Amino acid sequence: MSKKTAWDIVMLARDAQRPKAKDYIESIVDDFIEFHGDRAFGDDKSIIGGIGRINGTVVTVIGQEKGSTTKEKMERNFGMTNPEGYRKALRLMKQAEKFHRPIITFVDTPGAYPGLGAEERGQGEAIARNLMEMSRLKTPIISIVIGEGSSGGALGICVGDKIAMLENSVYSVLSPEGFASILYKDASKNKEAAEKMKITAKDLKELGIIDDIIKEKDKQEENLEFVSSELKEYITKTLKKLTKLKTEDLLDLRYEKYRKIGKMEE
Amino acid sequence: MVIDKIKKVNNAEGEKPQKNTKAADMLVGKWVKCDACKEILYKDDVHKNFSVCPNCGKHFRISARRRIKQIIDEGTFIETYENMPETDPIHFDGYIKKIETLKEKTKIQEAVTTGFGEIHGNKVVIAVMDGNFLMGSMGSVVGEKITLAIEDAIKEKLPFIIFCVSGGARMQEGMISLMQMAKTSAAVAKLDDAGLLNITVFTDPTTGGVTASFASLGDIILAEPNALIGFAGPRVIEQTINQKLPEGFQRSEFLLEHGFIDKIVERKDMKKTLAQILELHKN
Ligand SMILES: [Zn+2]
Repeated sequence: MSKKTAWDIVMLARDAQRPKAKDYIESIVDDFIEFHGDRAFGDDKSIIGGIGRINGTVVTVIGQEKGSTTKEKMERNFGMTNPEGYRKALRLMKQAEKFHRPIITFVDTPGAYPGLGAEERGQGEAIARNLMEMSRLKTPIISIVIGEGSSGGALGICVGDKIAMLENSVYSVLSPEGFASILYKDASKNKEAAEKMKITAKDLKELGIIDDIIKEKDKQEENLEFVSSELKEYITKTLKKLTKLKTEDLLDLRYEKYRKIGKMEE
Repeated sequence: MVIDKIKKVNNAEGEKPQKNTKAADMLVGKWVKCDACKEILYKDDVHKNFSVCPNCGKHFRISARRRIKQIIDEGTFIETYENMPETDPIHFDGYIKKIETLKEKTKIQEAVTTGFGEIHGNKVVIAVMDGNFLMGSMGSVVGEKITLAIEDAIKEKLPFIIFCVSGGARMQEGMISLMQMAKTSAAVAKLDDAGLLNITVFTDPTTGGVTASFASLGDIILAEPNALIGFAGPRVIEQTINQKLPEGFQRSEFLLEHGFIDKIVERKDMKKTLAQILELHKN
């Protein structure tokens, strides 16, 4: 396990065989019902949103979905979210706040979609608004990086009270390939970049960016069942702690969690 | 015309304008060439014209120092958090050295300057980003200074104004830089909860993590003419869609048309526009 390089983990995080948000939702959320649309432009299929029960607790679930088959990957834009996806997520999260439901987000994206339409419809504004609104939603939020958490496109649904990562997932400011080509002027130095960037669950826990790491099996085919059960236990346990807090304390702790990142003594 | 005069003087002195002079380093020396209309301009005329080309109206990129002079009443600016120590969270080779060299060379402390000041007598907290410092990228110092400035506005119950120019998150700081987006946006939420005015101004260019955080969250969002404003950079989009971008794509006028900014304001009118908005929010 500890023998894996950061690049090995990038490869695992992107592995097509890896369980996706939809798989985990099917496996751990009972009575799940999916809801669609941002009420302004459309329904972004790179984001699945809806409600259901996890161990008896009703929650709102938001998940970035890359798709499994070629057809589904196309439909879901390979998990690259458009502004209407972030806006759908925010609409459902505000609904969760109204009905006092905790929110669980599953993060898995190569990045927000860099397309013409995305820019026309305010990709920057959509992500920015999610960051601002998630920071003050009066309900507990747990964010879990399940595969590839790349850039602002991942952060846009990842402002949790607790952030967890699957053992073989990555979370980064940009892809190692992008980092290598910009900072090393050599895209082939992706492996070196992956190591340097500190993007693995272990590194990010040490840096204080994430709170918890969820174990995985080495064999991909065993992971759906194993990780699902780990996820269920983690979510149940964490919600128990978060729902005990007064809303005021929950929000103060959330503010402080992000406030302290990159804080220096003058 | 000024331009003709300059041409004459230029010819008389036999000076040849340098080719490929970039806007960023143009404002050095006596003569400058506009990278938009290619006119040769007398430096003092450009300065007197708010660093805008007197010929074609191109808004040149300006330093935070010059911006503050243009916006804040003389003698009222009090800088805050000037000597914030640098951090190197992922120990990126040569990063601290690069920053130190840059500070030495540019005499700029970081990619944002913060402080208190007055605009036509209206007290504000102001933050001004500087593209001359690592492309205005947001690392922990930038994120921290902006957050502290917002918290100052909340404490002192003052309006907050930020001039944005940025290439996005500072990659050399890895995930710590990405998290500054969440940190600054959470601070903006507090400012909003406190019922205080938040004015953001897009200047050329503002992209990436700054567009996707505080820059897009103003109660009132202004922009200078023809500023590049976007989440993804134009080159990334071209590579993705495999075609050239249409003329004017991701420019201020495009964003105004698509409903993402309130008003385009020429630099010469910026101070009085801000003052007008501030006056209208007094009660
Ligand atoms: Zn010109």
